[in-house]
Amino acid sequence: MIEFKMPLLGADMEAGTLVAWQKQPGDAVRRGDILADVETDKGVIAVESFAEGVLDQILVPVGAEVPVGTTLALLRSDQEPATAPPVETRPAAPPRPAVEKVSAGVAPGVKLPEAGARVAASPSARRLARELGVEISTLVGTGPGGAITRDDVERAAQTKPPPLLPAAAPPPEVDRATRMRRTIAAAMSRSKREIPHYYLSHTIDLQPALDWLTAENERRPITDRLMDLVLLIKGTALALQEVPELNALWEQDRAVLKPDVHIGVAIALRQGGLVAPALHHVPQKSLDQLNVELRELVQRAKSGGLKSSELADPTITVTSLGDRGVEAVFGVIYPPQTAIVGFGKIVERPWSIQGQVQSRRVITATLSADHRVSDGHRGALFLAAVERRLQEPDKL
Amino acid sequence: MTADDIRRTVLEQLGNIAPEADLATLDPGVSFRDQLDIDSVDRLNFYIALCKTFGIDIPERDYGKLTTIDECVAYVQQAAAARSAP
Repeated sequence: MIEFKMPLLGADMEAGTLVAWQKQPGDAVRRGDILADVETDKGVIAVESFAEGVLDQILVPVGAEVPVGTTLALLRSDQEPATAPPVETRPAAPPRPAVEKVSAGVAPGVKLPEAGARVAASPSARRLARELGVEISTLVGTGPGGAITRDDVERAAQTKPPPLLPAAAPPPEVDRATRMRRTIAAAMSRSKREIPHYYLSHTIDLQPALDWLTAENERRPITDRLMDLVLLIKGTALALQEVPELNALWEQDRAVLKPDVHIGVAIALRQGGLVAPALHHVPQKSLDQLNVELRELVQRAKSGGLKSSELADPTITVTSLGDRGVEAVFGVIYPPQTAIVGFGKIVERPWSIQGQVQSRRVITATLSADHRVSDGHRGALFLAAVERRLQEPDKL
Repeated sequence: MTADDIRRTVLEQLGNIAPEADLATLDPGVSFRDQLDIDSVDRLNFYIALCKTFGIDIPERDYGKLTTIDECVAYVQQAAAARSAP
């Protein structure tokens, strides 16, 4: 049997809530198939299978909150005999005893849905509903499979008429934005506590890349036009192949170089906070393919629908704040990654070329890197490689 | 198509990109990018939506002419008129 576990979807994720099963016992499962939807502080994430086989048993019911690493389900090979499913996969409907108990066959550590619950909702959504005085059974869920999310509860609370009498002071509300800030705080504090950062910056002449991009986009319909960020991401990925120690994860007290380059792209969310899901295998993809994938990734990050592999796989992060007028970004490394690359605003500057001063469009590229894994000399070589790659945009 | 029709559609498309925004409070003469805090990918998606909705083309060099709601309305009106001219 193969165990399908609650994945780690961020440096400081401790638990997730199962909000829907996308496969049922007996269903064939291929690598990459989405098995379940899990709610985390970053929203609802579609969790993929990394194994092939047949879904044999579901061990965790919808609505349960379980720690990272908990076995959610078992997969078997085609040859193995099926076993009876121990857990009802729909939200618990029949009344339960008042004292919570763990059913036989349910994974250890699983918090079962509340007694008498008849709607699909995560424990945190139920808790929030109780705190805000919202009757959860009256809500229509917008989560996967119609599950009620914290956002549904918050929306309902906002439209609820005010009480006639002054109510007792409610307990402090922990809304989505606060949870997101707490998650970021935990990850960034850990980063600054554990990782000895060093910082480098390098101003890059971007004129050749922008001239090429302008000419290229001139002949393309708007839907196919390339974004400058795509060139920066691809240039970074190719430079990483030259300085591979920056494409590493710090695991079990040592650096583990990653053969594939999966670049996490920092995306600001409209409700506050950010995520950095991965563009996979960047060096192997064309600019056109990356352009399509980036647009789609940004859209899914903002509207919900990221996949577990996109959150778990990045080997390095790229962040660009040029849109907001910032000239240089000195990022904090997202553990267990060991480097983050920043790009600032594209600005026009006097630039000397072969003794002639010209006006050129330039960009400041920065590197924050883990001194346990690399030194400034290698970091400098990496930024020089990014610059060199961007001088030949037609070869990206 | 009147200027009001275009304005309605422009606001609708901005609403798709920033669903939490109160569009009624937007200043039509001030950059919507700043008012709605939208990034370059959102902005490109907005321009694509305008092109598809109104059947026009917006060359990249014209992006700078569409930074406010008023500018978008004027640009679309002009582009639509040019398209239907004999």
